[in-house]
Amino acid sequence: MSSDKIIQVTDADFDEKVLKNDLPVLVDFWAAWCGPCRAIAPVIDQLADEFDGKVVIAKMNVDENPATPGRFGIRAIPTLILFKDGNVVEQITGAVGKTVIENALSKVA
Amino acid sequence: MIHDLVIVGGGPAGLAAAIYAGRAKLEGFILEKMSPGGQVLITDLVENYPGFPEGITGFELVEKLSAHAQKFGFGVKNGEVQKIESEGENFKLILTDDKIVTSKTVIVATGATHRKLGVEGEERLTGRGVSYCATCDGPFFRDQVVAVVGGGDSAVQEAVFLTKFAQKVYLIHRRDELRAIKVLQERALSNEKIEFIWDSTVEAIEGKDQVESIRIYNKKSGEVTNLPVDGIFIFIGIEPVTGFIRDLVNTDERGFIKTDEWMRTSIKGVYAAGDCRLKPLLQIVTAVAEGATAAYAVEHDLS
Repeated sequence: MSSDKIIQVTDADFDEKVLKNDLPVLVDFWAAWCGPCRAIAPVIDQLADEFDGKVVIAKMNVDENPATPGRFGIRAIPTLILFKDGNVVEQITGAVGKTVIENALSKVA
Repeated sequence: MIHDLVIVGGGPAGLAAAIYAGRAKLEGFILEKMSPGGQVLITDLVENYPGFPEGITGFELVEKLSAHAQKFGFGVKNGEVQKIESEGENFKLILTDDKIVTSKTVIVATGATHRKLGVEGEERLTGRGVSYCATCDGPFFRDQVVAVVGGGDSAVQEAVFLTKFAQKVYLIHRRDELRAIKVLQERALSNEKIEFIWDSTVEAIEGKDQVESIRIYNKKSGEVTNLPVDGIFIFIGIEPVTGFIRDLVNTDERGFIKTDEWMRTSIKGVYAAGDCRLKPLLQIVTAVAEGATAAYAVEHDLS
């Protein structure tokens, strides 16, 4: 029941959908074997609805897409990276409460 | 409206309390900042929860507990409590989004979180080789060399788990013997991929953008060595998540909440259950028992 506002990104379309996006993009790097990734999923869903039209919320499965996590030195999940104009604005590692993510998004929204 | 009961935290203690509260037809809900589960979610395999002789994954156990709680109508709402204040006979829960929830009773079941080493490089390299969750991050260290810090159940269990991925696992412990339960010790001691570094503490974590090495201090010899590793997993115990209520109820100096055997805290109407409570054994089996007892106490005290 993930929000329909969330887009899925892959190694193949990451540059186009994330780096070249006109809006800021929050990418949630996750995998099926990661408990805390599941724990924050409902928070990510809510944020996708709340920031609709202001920040794009994207998910990338690190199991299926190893290149992009490697490119950003990701060695822990969940990792959330907020991109704006192709640059990393903020990186959040580990499961955090909604407020922490909300504060980061509010800075760019 | 004023609720009968609000349970803060949706780990095993909170979910068990919800099962008993739901069956007692108490009105209220669980407040959970993420989705239910708590620390169990980062556990690979739960081997000591009675009734599951083959073990059960942390995932599955959480799913079963959540489904069980939902069945009796005591739901879960998303929210993070930043402070609890007493207001006459009731309690005012102030959430991080400044919303306010008022309830006659509160069960604090917020559990605990991992302790940090507090050394140079730890914060900066978190997510870049420093990890507190082997099940989450182990697969990033395939064929690499990692260190595990700690000597308790979690450290030893996760060190064994990490041998599935890493080519070598150093287990660094500040004493000369493990504190972990025997069955886990035996598994680690007989695992060829695990090398023990006794009597030692980690002084610093080094690396430019990724963990490259750690500085180790041997307490017996006084020797300081630099150990090249690709990752470091830290399991040196937990600290209770009770900052939001320490002004209200009695705790020990570390913040664990003191209760009587009904799970009542020093403040009438506030109860505590699970890992946030001061007790000798921090396990899922004790958490669920305390959740049940706390809900029973609420029912008893409200009637």
